[in-house]
Amino acid sequence: MTAPETVPAAGTDWPPLVSLRQVTRTVRIVDLEELHVLRGIDLDIHPTDSLSIVGRSGSGKSTLLNLLGLLDLPTEGTLSFRGMDVRALGGDARARLRGGAIGFIFQQFNLLPGRTALENVMTPLLYAEGRQFWKREKLASAMLDRVGLGDRMREFPSNLSGGEQQRVAIARALVRTPELILADEPTGALDIETGAIVMELLDEVAAETGAALVTITHDANVAVRARTHYRLDAGVLRPEAAAA
Amino acid sequence: MTALIGAVIEAFSELRIHKTRVLLALLGVMLSVAALTSVVALGNMASAGMVQTSERMGGRAATLGVSTPSAGSDQAAVVAAYAEVVDRYSIEYSSLRVDTFLGIRTPAGRIDAMGLLIEPDYGTMRRMNVVDGRWFTDGDTERLAPVMIVNEAFHTLMGSPDITTDPGVELLGERDVKAVIVGILADDYSGAQPQAYLLKDQTDRWELAGVQGAPPTLEAWVPAGLADELTARITADLKAQFGPDVSVYRQDYAAQGDPYGGLTLVIGGVAGLVLLLGAVGLLNISMVTVKYRVREIGIRRSFGATSGRIFFGVMMESVVATSVAGVAGVMLAVAVVSHPRVQPMLAAGATDLPPFPIGAALLGVGSAIAVGALAGLIPALVAVRVKVIDAIRY
Ligand SMILES: Nc1ncnc2c1ncn2[C@@H]1O[C@H](COP(=O)(O)OP(=O)(O)OP(=O)(O)O)[C@@H](O)[C@H]1O
Ligand SMILES: [Mg+2]
Repeated sequence: MTAPETVPAAGTDWPPLVSLRQVTRTVRIVDLEELHVLRGIDLDIHPTDSLSIVGRSGSGKSTLLNLLGLLDLPTEGTLSFRGMDVRALGGDARARLRGGAIGFIFQQFNLLPGRTALENVMTPLLYAEGRQFWKREKLASAMLDRVGLGDRMREFPSNLSGGEQQRVAIARALVRTPELILADEPTGALDIETGAIVMELLDEVAAETGAALVTITHDANVAVRARTHYRLDAGVLRPEAAAA
Repeated sequence: MTALIGAVIEAFSELRIHKTRVLLALLGVMLSVAALTSVVALGNMASAGMVQTSERMGGRAATLGVSTPSAGSDQAAVVAAYAEVVDRYSIEYSSLRVDTFLGIRTPAGRIDAMGLLIEPDYGTMRRMNVVDGRWFTDGDTERLAPVMIVNEAFHTLMGSPDITTDPGVELLGERDVKAVIVGILADDYSGAQPQAYLLKDQTDRWELAGVQGAPPTLEAWVPAGLADELTARITADLKAQFGPDVSVYRQDYAAQGDPYGGLTLVIGGVAGLVLLLGAVGLLNISMVTVKYRVREIGIRRSFGATSGRIFFGVMMESVVATSVAGVAGVMLAVAVVSHPRVQPMLAAGATDLPPFPIGAALLGVGSAIAVGALAGLIPALVAVRVKVIDAIRY
C-alpha cells in the first residue's frame, strides 16, 4: 500500500520543506488542567505548495501556524524544517531560520507604527546579512513597486488604507524571498473585494518567488484559491474536498 | 558586523519614533551630566586653586625646611654645608632663604619692609608668578646692581612706577644701595604688607642691612616618596657637623596627607547622587517604552530578530541616546564653568588659572554611557522575555 520511498509520487518530487509527525500541542491552563489544542497532526508542506486551513474559532489554527513558523515548539511529535528536527535547534538558530526562510502575514497587518512603508519593508532585511543587508533599501523599494505601492513608499501606515497596509505587509513578508509564507487570516480585516485583490496579489508573488503558501482563513472564497485544502476541527487536521 | 550596524540603525529609528518621550528623559540625563561634570570640574579647579595658594605658602609637596640654629652665626660654614647636602642628594630645586627687614626710602619717607633673600629656584618651588615684569634668572646672580621683585603693596607704596622704566628703590644700610625692580607679584591677600624679594648672592655682595645676624635656612623640593628618608639623612649629616640643634621638617601643605582629599570625596558623592537620579528617571521612561513596544518586539522576532539582537537593540537605544545627552551635558558644563562670571570665583588666589579638567569631561561622557547601559539593561531583559506568540496575538 505504501509508496516506495525512492520513487516520489507525482507533484511531490521534492523532499518536504516542513514535515509534522504526530504533533500535539498541549497548554496547561489553570493548575493541572490541560488543554489539547492540537492532536496528532501529520502534515507535509513541499516547496511551491499552496494550501489553505479552515476551522472554527478556537480550533487551533493560529497555534498550528506558530508551530510552522518556528515561533513555538510541539509538546509531542516531531516537526522538521528542511529535514532538521527543530527541537534540536537553539532559539537563535530558529530565529535565523525563520528570518531567512519564512514570511508572516497577519490579520491585523502588524506594520510598525511611525515607520514609513519603505522602512517597514526594510525591517526584515536588517536581520539579514551580506547583500540583502547592504542593498536593503533597493530590495525593499523594488518589492513595494511589485505590490503596486511604488509611489507611496514614504507614507506612514496610518495614512494607508487597509488593503494598502496589507500589501505593504505582503511586500515585507516576501522581501527576503522566503520558501514558506504563512498568512493568518490575511483578509480578515478587509472587505470582500479588497480581500480578493490582496489574495490575488499574494498568490502571484508567492508563485513568482516559488514560495510555499499556507493560508488560514474563515472565508471559503479565500480557501478555494489554494491547491490543497485542510480543515482543523478541535485540534485534529483533516484533508478536505474543495469547498464550493 | 551587519548585526551591529543593524542595531544602531534600529536604535536611531526607535529614538525618532519616540521623540518627545526620549527628549524629556534625555533632558534629565543631560542636566545630570552637566551638573556632575560642572561639580567635579568646579571642585577640581577650586582645589587646584587652593593647592596653588598652599604651595605659595609652604612650597610644593614635598618641601623640606632645613635650619641649623646651633651653628651660631658662622654663615659661610652653614651655606657650604647646605650646598653639600644639595649636591649629595642631587636635589634639583633648592633655595637658601633669609627672612629680614629692609630699610627703604619711599616717597613718604623711610620704612622697613619685609624682605626675603632667596635664590632663583624659589620661584619654581613656590609658583611665584609675576603679574608684571619677570622672575629672577640665574644671570641675575652675576649682575652687579641688585635687582628685586616686589609685591603689589610694595609697588603701590613706591608710587606704582612703570616696570619698563627700570624703577629704582633705595635700600638703606651701612651703605645705601639702589636696586632695580624687575618684577611684580600679586599680593597674597588684600591688605598685604609691602614685601620684597632679593637674591641672596647679591645682598651678600652689597652687605645689606640686617642680613648679617641670622644664618640662612634651606628649602629643598624633593620627591614626596623620598621625603622621610631625606629628612632623616640630612638631619644626621648636619647634626654631625653643627651639633644637636638642627631641624629638618616637611613644611608643604601635603605633609599631613592631602587636605583636599575629603573635599574631592564629598564632591564625588554629590555628583554620584545627581547621576543616580538621572538614571532612575531614564529607567522609568524606558520601562514605559518597553511595555508599549511588546507587540513591536513580537513583530521583529517574527521577522528573524534573535533574542540577543532584541536585547542589544533596546540596550543600544538607551546608550546611543545617553551618549548624545552626555556630550551635550559636558558642553553645557564647559560653557557654565568657563563663563567669565564663574571663573574668577574659583580662581581666587590662583595664579595659574586651572583649565577645564579633561578628567571631568571624560567622567561626564563616561557616566552618561554607563547610565544608558544601566537604564537599558532592565528594559532589555524585559524585552527578551517577551513571548512572541502572545505579543502578536490580538
Ligand atoms: N498559551 C495558551 N494559553 C492558554 N490557552 C491557549 C494558549 N494558546 C492557545 N490557547 C487556546 O487554544 C485554543 C486555540 O487557539 P488558537 O489561537 O490556535 O485558535 P484559532 O483557531 O486561531 O482561533 P481564531 O480563529 O479565533 O483565531 C483557544 O481556545 C485558545 O484559547
Ligand atoms: Mg487565530
